[in-house]
Amino acid sequence: MSVVTSPPKSPVGTPVSNSLTAGKLPRYASVYVLVACIAVMSAIFAMVAIAGGTDFNIVAAVFLGVVAYVVVIWVLSRAVEGPRKAADRFVTALVATAFTIALLPLISVAWTTLVNGLPRFDIQFFSESMRNVVGPGGGALHAIVGTLLVTGMATLISVPVGLLAAIYLVEYGRGRLKHGITFFVDVMTGIPSIVAGLFAFALFALITDDPGIRFGFGGSVALSVLMIPVVVRSSEEMLKLVPNELREASYALGVPKWLTILKVVLPTSIAGIITGIMISIARVIGETAPLLIIAGFTTSMNYNLFSERMMTLPVFVYTQYANQGADAQAYIDRAWAGALTLILIVALLNVIARVVAKVFSPKTGR
Amino acid sequence: MTSAPPASAITAKPRPGDRVFSTATVVAGTLILVTLAAVAIFLLAQALPAFTAEPDDFKGDADNFWQYVGPLVFGTLWAAALALIMAIPIALGIALFISHYAPRRLAQGLGYVIDLLAAVPSVVFGLWGISVLAPAVQPFYTSLTEWFGWFPLFAGPVSGTGRTILTVAVVLAVMVLPIITALCREVFLQTPVLHEEAALALGATRWEMIKLAVLPFGRPGIISASMLGLGRALGETMVVAMVLSPASIISFALLQSQNPTTIAANIALNFPEAHGIGVNILIATGLILFVITLAVNMIARYIVDRRKEFSGAN
Repeated sequence: MSVVTSPPKSPVGTPVSNSLTAGKLPRYASVYVLVACIAVMSAIFAMVAIAGGTDFNIVAAVFLGVVAYVVVIWVLSRAVEGPRKAADRFVTALVATAFTIALLPLISVAWTTLVNGLPRFDIQFFSESMRNVVGPGGGALHAIVGTLLVTGMATLISVPVGLLAAIYLVEYGRGRLKHGITFFVDVMTGIPSIVAGLFAFALFALITDDPGIRFGFGGSVALSVLMIPVVVRSSEEMLKLVPNELREASYALGVPKWLTILKVVLPTSIAGIITGIMISIARVIGETAPLLIIAGFTTSMNYNLFSERMMTLPVFVYTQYANQGADAQAYIDRAWAGALTLILIVALLNVIARVVAKVFSPKTGR
Repeated sequence: MTSAPPASAITAKPRPGDRVFSTATVVAGTLILVTLAAVAIFLLAQALPAFTAEPDDFKGDADNFWQYVGPLVFGTLWAAALALIMAIPIALGIALFISHYAPRRLAQGLGYVIDLLAAVPSVVFGLWGISVLAPAVQPFYTSLTEWFGWFPLFAGPVSGTGRTILTVAVVLAVMVLPIITALCREVFLQTPVLHEEAALALGATRWEMIKLAVLPFGRPGIISASMLGLGRALGETMVVAMVLSPASIISFALLQSQNPTTIAANIALNFPEAHGIGVNILIATGLILFVITLAVNMIARYIVDRRKEFSGAN
């Protein structure tokens, strides 16, 4: 601990070998106690499992072992080091436990998706649609194409609007309009995705006067509502990082403001902006609810964003699970394969974002 | 837009390029405000017929719109509250672990691991919740009702599938965890180092230093992070739609097979088959959800912004 050690208690009677370490637990005491607690709990659970003839419950054993550790280390520390140090150790144990608890679902989700998704993660899955497929077979090509089209169109709408708005906020904005936009962009990041879907539906149902409207472009609009605030926020942060000296040097050379922004500010921050855009795409590509509302679902290929229902990958996963046919396992397998594809796409986008940030960031060679 | 300061300012020559570009940025910025207004206006326009709908138009035994939406609002708030009760302590623990306990070199990587949770699409969490979590916790629920059935929250009869509101709340908690953690982490890292060192120099242990310096400084941040997490939990759709076995009731029981459902899940489940005035009713419930989340988010942002103004340090 980085804390000043409390003055050693005057040892009465017993000789102390080193007065600096008196009144402290040994250095690796917490590790030993943790291992011991988990071992004891595992032993207890193993005995219960053998006696009752049930399976060995490893999660419960580790969990109770950690709980026991929190109690034991507190008691030990209180006896040796005093109440203040004991509280410190208690909180340290709790905080580390909280972190470990958060890792459990992450590992579990990744593992189950991998295990359940691999059986149908084959060429057929990526080369066929679900048209006329009942039971096993079929694939998600129509959904993958739909996802790419809908998300691509959403990106085409969101990036110009979001980037220009960010430029306004950083380079031009002042007064109440700037404050208003900043505030409501933040508020917009919290719009529930299903409300965005309902908005797109309400908008196009009124415009086209078709109360049952479903088409891909509506999905793009809904996703844009979710994506624009993210693009604005990340681009704004990146534009703010551009040093003012660069702008001033450009003005001093007589360059107009708009050319300064286009030729100096944007190239300097382009890596960060692209990273932000990638991450915003990764965020909306997994959205299900708005697409369920406005893009609908179908089993056929559809390359036209502006007419007819369009399948997307998240909706594919949902419908495969929700509308299981006679051969339920085939549907569940397809759902998990779709989920695995989705996670891989999101992971790929994140990796690309990081690579872009590394490669295109301005060189600061001196 | 480039208004000149008074007196001896030199006015630049107006250039068409400048004019076009600055107008474009203003239009884009205003478009965002217009979009938000349009969301409210179009939802309202489509929702109006629902408020005067006949009793026959509603699913279940509701007579008017408010009776229909009442249990849904309750379910939305109840599920989100349960999720936050679980998520906030753990998120605070993680944020403290990353900002003040973990070794410096590991801290950033650990933060990235938690952010991975935010990258998992909600539909995958839904699949996971229904096929892994619900069966895993069902035996636990059974013993909970056996031992603590006298406590109203854990009253029986227990659900045989584990698809209860408590399971939903656990998944929701996992989903809002990265949001709350990320914000709290930022705030904790902004604590003035001098405050921390002063506490340590007075002989405080690490926990006492956190109690004295970090938590008081970060309190507004913690509150607004929780509100943002609340906003996300209120609007989350697919997990609730997939995991919960819903009913149109108001009930606090956590472990039964009859659970109050949420607005978002109700829309997702019923919208594909809805027609006529049924669509308007669902959009009206969506409007209610929009108003609730808008209020929550505005309060959260207001707290954050107010803090930004008076702390000149950052």
